[in-house]
Amino acid sequence: MNQKLIVSPSPHISGDYSIRKLMMHVVIALIPAFLVSVWFFGYAAVLVTAISVASCVLFEYIIQRFVMKVKPTVDDGSAVVTGVLLAFNVPANLPVWIIILGALVAIGIAKMSFGGLGNNPFNPALVARVFLLISFPVQMTTWPLPKGFETSYADAVTGATPLGILKEGIRNGSSVTELMHASAMPDYQQLFIGNMGGSLGEIAAGALLLGFIYLLWKRVITWHIPVTIILTVAAFTTILWLVNPSRYADPLFHLLTGGLLLGAIYMATDYVTSPMSIPGMIIYAIGIGIVTVVIRVWGAYPEGVSFAILFMNAFVPLINRYIKPGRFGEEVRHA
Amino acid sequence: MLRTFKKGGIHPEENKLTAGKKIRVLPVPEMVHLPVIQHLGMPARPLVKKGDKVKTGQLIAEADGFVSANVHSPVSGTVSKVDLMMDAGGYRKMTISIQTEGDEWMEEIDRTPQHKPDINLQPEEILKKIAAAGIVGMGGATFPTHVKLTIPRGRKAESVIINGVECEPFLTSDHALMLEKGPEIFTGIKILMKVLGVNQAFVGIEANKPDAIKLFRDLAMRHIGISVVPLRVKYPQGGEKQLIKAVTGREVPSGKLPIDVGTVVVNVGTTYAIYEAVQKNKPLIERVVTVTGKQLPNAGNFLVRIGTPIEKLIEAAGGLPQNTGKVLYGGPMMGKALPSTDIPAGKGCSGILVMPLEESRRREMKVCIRCAKCVQACPMGLEPYLLMAMSERRYFDRMENERVMDCIECGSCSYICPSDRPLLDYIRLGKSEVNKIIRSRK
Repeated sequence: MNQKLIVSPSPHISGDYSIRKLMMHVVIALIPAFLVSVWFFGYAAVLVTAISVASCVLFEYIIQRFVMKVKPTVDDGSAVVTGVLLAFNVPANLPVWIIILGALVAIGIAKMSFGGLGNNPFNPALVARVFLLISFPVQMTTWPLPKGFETSYADAVTGATPLGILKEGIRNGSSVTELMHASAMPDYQQLFIGNMGGSLGEIAAGALLLGFIYLLWKRVITWHIPVTIILTVAAFTTILWLVNPSRYADPLFHLLTGGLLLGAIYMATDYVTSPMSIPGMIIYAIGIGIVTVVIRVWGAYPEGVSFAILFMNAFVPLINRYIKPGRFGEEVRHA
Repeated sequence: MLRTFKKGGIHPEENKLTAGKKIRVLPVPEMVHLPVIQHLGMPARPLVKKGDKVKTGQLIAEADGFVSANVHSPVSGTVSKVDLMMDAGGYRKMTISIQTEGDEWMEEIDRTPQHKPDINLQPEEILKKIAAAGIVGMGGATFPTHVKLTIPRGRKAESVIINGVECEPFLTSDHALMLEKGPEIFTGIKILMKVLGVNQAFVGIEANKPDAIKLFRDLAMRHIGISVVPLRVKYPQGGEKQLIKAVTGREVPSGKLPIDVGTVVVNVGTTYAIYEAVQKNKPLIERVVTVTGKQLPNAGNFLVRIGTPIEKLIEAAGGLPQNTGKVLYGGPMMGKALPSTDIPAGKGCSGILVMPLEESRRREMKVCIRCAKCVQACPMGLEPYLLMAMSERRYFDRMENERVMDCIECGSCSYICPSDRPLLDYIRLGKSEVNKIIRSRK
């Protein structure tokens, strides 16, 4: 009985989380929103998503294999998530070559040039989206209106997003009350199910919330960032709305439009680019909420979530440095 | 809502394969090995030499100083060797080896099975008996119990907490003892209350032991001042600071002791040993050890003479399976991996876990994705990812500011990490380096 025994320090068991499993859960959580966008935008949604995912994975593989000369780790699924999120952040009728360019920016510039997974300061999908928005403003803001499978990809009818209608209308001197009853403006029920113009993944509030529940159930993320962003936006827009309801839209409208839920649940919670402590997460999320509303209400763009998240991403190293988790043994001095 | 500690914690698969199994008495081994240090503190001084005859229960090594513990012979026979031998920690320690001959006990030890509930001694006498019996913390920490029970001047204990949590997966020795020795443990608690001069005791038991909770609640009805606190199952609830938080809601400040929040924590196994020492004159020469593993055919809870080679325990549980990868001394979260099965079971040995090869190898480490799961799992509110990064870069002075010395080495961070990063390995390295810095300052 002289078997060789393995000796290593404790612990001797490990949980069943892995990067791949966590990423897979995120993809699963995004399926309901994907199905809604296929329902409203038809095959175009499938095409945009497939191209985006394929090019993200391919670019990551090529860069790791031939540029960095390391063992490719595309099987960890992080490039797949970036691909899906990029697709969810663009219009369904975006030309294929622009999508591929976006994938190159996301993976090549925003992720790999910083050292790959775990090292990028900014959310790769959002860097790509903002790059595309600034470089191709026309293509990036030509929103196909939901028509489903009858409409082919090429000749989709286009229109504005609800936030776009609002911003344009206010600029032209209309009141919010008038705009809310304009024929192009979807009602709340339509907004909740996703029957509106917009990026692939931002339209379906209900489906995005379903995915949120899944992520919480699987303990992929905690509630702190999404809920704090939502509450901050709700609180801020409620104040504005109470001050002047003819000039400012109501909070529910803000919550259901413009990718707020997509951003709050799936982009702001990106592990790599969000803070490490719970108090840090809350500060970061409040910042995102405030910046989003400021851009939406007073900025040049109708939509502000992407900018707000990138803006707060830049503060994450600072937040991590100074905002620490509550240490054990600090609450009891009085005992 | 069941009580628990607030910060962090994990819930590994419980795997209590031997729960509810009766305690079996392991036959007296032919040979025992007693390291003179099975406790925290100074090694005991050997009182015997090769060739000496000893009886069961005889003092063979004497505590050297206050923070030290006596060692007694768990068998009768002849001392065959007093020499260096590897212990569970992997270091060679001075060890007394005894060849067993019969089983002749010291006369003063009361070996009758009757429960003796009446406590006739005064606190100082009780404390002396506990020290004489060589009792140490039997949950694994092995801190000498008489030291823990000696309250520093100016402090006052308000309550004693009995640790029946047994939060480590696989281990069931405390559970088995609670089920079989309930009345004796209650007498042990009474003794502790008398020594500490407190009129309040809490027994913390996790909700995965409903039979023990029920039995102890029934017993508590007959004792004034003792209450049972069922706790939500969460690791590391058996950690002293976590248990105090769960039971009393108080947090022991950084660098302080339980007595600083007016409490003392004692493990149930230790409480039983205290009962035996005070009421039956029996020194710490036996303990209950869970011998378990998914492939052990005869896993169970065994009453074992201290110093029995681990090999004998595994034989009793069905023998070492062919594909064994690791043999652990303790549970899977905090236990030590043994280099050999010749090593003896010491006073702090709550379990032996045999792991198959396929579960024994560590997984390959991947990059940190900053998911913050380690931060959320840390029961001390530390940032394991940051401590590891600092340790890798040898920024030990900064680690001290990040409170690395608060780490209780529970392993929750390494357990939860989706990238299989050895966080605790690096934190341990940092702790030992920071310890050197702190000492050099004095």
